[in-house]
Amino acid sequence: MSQVPEDLKYTMEHEYLRETDQPGVYVVGITDYAQAELGDIVYLELPEPGDSFAHMEAFGTIEAVKAVNDIYCPAAGEIVDVNEAVHDDPSLVNTDPYGEGWMVKLRVDDVSEVDNLLDSVGYELHIDGG
Amino acid sequence: MKSSRLGHEPDFLRRHVGLSPEDVAEMLEAVGCETLADLMDQTIPPDIRLGRELDVPEAVAEAELLATLREIAAENRVWRSYLGMGYAGTITPGVIQRNILENPGWYTQYTPYQAEVAQGRLEALLNFQTAIIDLTGLEVANASLLDEATAAAEAMCMLRGRGRKRGGDVFLVAADCHPQTVGVVRTRAEPLGIEVRVAPPEDFSFDERVFGALVQYPATDGRVGDYRALCEAARDAGSQVAVAADLLALALLAPPGEFGAAVAVGSAQRFGVPMGYGGPHAAYIACREEFKRALPGRIIGVSTDRHGAPALRMALQTREQHIRRERATSNICTAQVLLAVMAGMYAVYHGPRGIRRIAERVRAQTATLARGVQAAGHALVHADYFDTIRVRVAGDPSTVTSAASAKRINLREFGDGTLGVALDETVTAADLDDLLDVFGASPAEPCDPDAYAPPLGRRTPYLEHPVFNSCRSETEMLRYIHRLEARDLSLNTSMIPLGSCTMKLNATTQMTPVTWPEFASLHPFAPAEQAEGYERIARDLRAWLAEISGLPAVSLQPNSGAQGELAGLLAIRARLKARGQERRNVCLIPSSAHGTNPASAVLAGMEVVVVKCDARGNVDTQDLAAKAALHSSRLAAVMVTYPSTHGVFEADIRDICAVVREHGGYVYLDGANLNAQVGLCRPGDYGADVIHINLHKTFAIPHGGGGPGMGPICASAELASCLPGHPLGAGASAEGAGPVAAAPLGSASILLISWAYVALLGRAGLVEATRAAILSANYMAVRLEPHFDILYWWGAGHGRVAHEFIVDLRPFKKTAGVTEEDVAKRLMDYGFHAPTMAFPVPGTIMIEPTESESKAELDRFCDALVSIKNEIAEIADGRQDREDNLLKNAPHTARSVVAGEWPHAYSRERAAYPAPWQSQHKFWPSVGRVDNAAGDRNLVCACPPLEAYETPAAPASAAP
Repeated sequence: MSQVPEDLKYTMEHEYLRETDQPGVYVVGITDYAQAELGDIVYLELPEPGDSFAHMEAFGTIEAVKAVNDIYCPAAGEIVDVNEAVHDDPSLVNTDPYGEGWMVKLRVDDVSEVDNLLDSVGYELHIDGG
Repeated sequence: MKSSRLGHEPDFLRRHVGLSPEDVAEMLEAVGCETLADLMDQTIPPDIRLGRELDVPEAVAEAELLATLREIAAENRVWRSYLGMGYAGTITPGVIQRNILENPGWYTQYTPYQAEVAQGRLEALLNFQTAIIDLTGLEVANASLLDEATAAAEAMCMLRGRGRKRGGDVFLVAADCHPQTVGVVRTRAEPLGIEVRVAPPEDFSFDERVFGALVQYPATDGRVGDYRALCEAARDAGSQVAVAADLLALALLAPPGEFGAAVAVGSAQRFGVPMGYGGPHAAYIACREEFKRALPGRIIGVSTDRHGAPALRMALQTREQHIRRERATSNICTAQVLLAVMAGMYAVYHGPRGIRRIAERVRAQTATLARGVQAAGHALVHADYFDTIRVRVAGDPSTVTSAASAKRINLREFGDGTLGVALDETVTAADLDDLLDVFGASPAEPCDPDAYAPPLGRRTPYLEHPVFNSCRSETEMLRYIHRLEARDLSLNTSMIPLGSCTMKLNATTQMTPVTWPEFASLHPFAPAEQAEGYERIARDLRAWLAEISGLPAVSLQPNSGAQGELAGLLAIRARLKARGQERRNVCLIPSSAHGTNPASAVLAGMEVVVVKCDARGNVDTQDLAAKAALHSSRLAAVMVTYPSTHGVFEADIRDICAVVREHGGYVYLDGANLNAQVGLCRPGDYGADVIHINLHKTFAIPHGGGGPGMGPICASAELASCLPGHPLGAGASAEGAGPVAAAPLGSASILLISWAYVALLGRAGLVEATRAAILSANYMAVRLEPHFDILYWWGAGHGRVAHEFIVDLRPFKKTAGVTEEDVAKRLMDYGFHAPTMAFPVPGTIMIEPTESESKAELDRFCDALVSIKNEIAEIADGRQDREDNLLKNAPHTARSVVAGEWPHAYSRERAAYPAPWQSQHKFWPSVGRVDNAAGDRNLVCACPPLEAYETPAAPASAAP
């Protein structure tokens, strides 16, 4: 059974957001469910700090042994930090998706966009429904 | 080619089709049909049936066919060709020709997706990659591309993908690149909105729109340039340079990786692969580390198996078009494995010293010629050369060319009073004297040129790995080749039932003419009157393919199915442009399509709109109609596979074609499954405008372990003028789409195989083969049905499948934690190659038996699958562990079953000898299950140091 922490926000495309100490800045990664579906992750293509993305624009690519997927920006905003550790060791996304396997920190333009995302209950319903 | 009662009996059909009359009778009974005709009536929709015999010749006997081919061979005249342009004479070492090129153990292998039964070929390809990396001075190389010209186009796409952030849309191409390379680059650039600027390299200007540049090294006219400053200028401007480099020249010249190139491409033909009037040959592409994930095609990488021993497999497969679909930047699918294996073996055979000696001798001969020609009063256009000189003739050049013709010598004419002469390793002292004589020069003293001065001279070593330094004798070479062959499962071991790949018999007689010198030694740009034998083969084959497809205009140029797709879509695009309808660029593609379809559409400048499939796997005709209507004013084409990728003859195919045509679009038919149609129905009759035909599937060209392939296209009369042309061949037209391949007839020498296939089977045999293929698939499906869910039956009553069918393994994931991969690997323990995995439906396997297998072999395969089903049942009901069991631990190597300790609940015998027939013959996978993730995370694509192989594998007690 996949972990779906209660304190996070989720997208239909299986990204999660976690609040940070800085207002409007969120940690973004992919969910436990997503990493399990993808299998062994071998490579991540991530943006650079300073890059800006629109809502649900692809900001990176995730390569597993059998599939390659885009990672979508859950809310319009600017990348303020990138996790170099997952770039060097993509298996962190498999082993610890909500911890060491985070991908970027995003400063969102409009916090209300985050409010519109799924909560953990909604996301669980989403993945149970297939 | 007439046979009378006194002639040989044309009995090839019974050699080609595996089923005896008794087999057919038993199988018909099993599927519940009275006659083969009944089965065909139940399988193929009545409204598309051909209803008459094919208009192709009667079958001929094998012995008579070879006699006819001798006559045709004699119509080719093999002059000494010093034309160059990327094709050179070469000496194929006999040990390589007989034991690889002419050996079914090598040429009938499939693409190495199942790495555990492909380690031999994977090692041979790793040798090829290592040789390319060494010689180019770059860090990563792939396992070959189709030809040098398409490799150059791939380099362009690759550099553009990298530079997209800068928004560049201009690609610079040196005017002294080979003309066919410029042609193919232009063809490929236009639909992608790339502007190609052709200019002398010294005039290159890297303005902000330029994302990359291509230069030829040495240039097409022989000039050896110093490109250091050019590469630096490019880099300063944030742009990158690709270098098309001659491999033999790199033995003496500074490699591209050392003067600042990002990418190198070229042909490995002169490493022991015959010219064959254009192919097949392996092209190479290499790049710097930072571009490795943008490298197109297949890369062989080093990983480990589950015992920790080194093991090879195809790396980074997720970059392949079949996964990226419409987001792909390349539609490359086939490589040229057999030819890359040969080129790699040529490097093993000669080693670094041998390669250098060949290069030095060629250069010394060229210098001797240059000096003699100058002494006779002619001038050299370039002072720096390797194997090619360009001569400004004193006086009338036609006196030289006439003298050359009198000696049966071809020189390159530039049309400006200059002549090109390109030498190679086949040139003898007598040849050199003849050349000097042709230029009115006297036999010259042999000239021993000084080494190239810096910066042009090569200082770094190459081919230092032990593999290139350990096969000095032919005995050693023979054993090395055989050792690798023995690790691979090919058609000389068992059936390879790969759905959508049609692994049928590649008959020896069909292969025989390929290496005859009259076919093998012809230069692709030799004058047409020297290639009348090839012209006859091409003329016949065009006529036969036109008759079989029902589409009259045929281009034999495309070198693979994917290249055929691109050529077909470009023809549609060209036709729309000619009609003033350039805005039409939407391509409808069913979700079940092979992944190359959307990738090809994108490369043809089209926008992909996906059409749904219904629960039975058919194209959702309502969704198709809705999307065709929605995009009516912009509709360009639909791409549809028939019979469908799900292995059924969809009843609505006529309607699907009609809907698209009503909205002004064209119908592109993917001919991957043509083997189910030959002689029974024709794409041209039910609505297709253009189709590609995989000659390596339906028409018996062997798969070669992952290439060569051929993907000719057949088109309607309306599209005839839009088929690929060629700058150096007949048939180029203003409206046409330009060349898609380097040579006018693509891989001409293997057209002989398909020609011989049609001639040997003849009009009656071709359709009998189709019927046998459909019967074999239906028989297997019915035999397996009590044990497995067979997806997608078609038609009334019980229903039928076409020539292939899908077995659903998804239920076993839930009941026993078993995946399709586990089943595939367990089949190896039974001595079989797995069917197609996870396409077109994840969690399933797709089986295509072809017509060439006997009932006994079909039964053997079914027995193996049923036996595996029983093993899965043991896991499901707890008699075997869910993690430590026969399937999860498969395949079992010899080493693992002789290990001292045996911790598993099942016996050693069950592990390795699960089936009774294995007492006769056991094929051993040479490594345990390969860890794909480890190799992809840490990409190594050159031969690892030998110590890596000396590390003892962990004993089986740790992991089986």
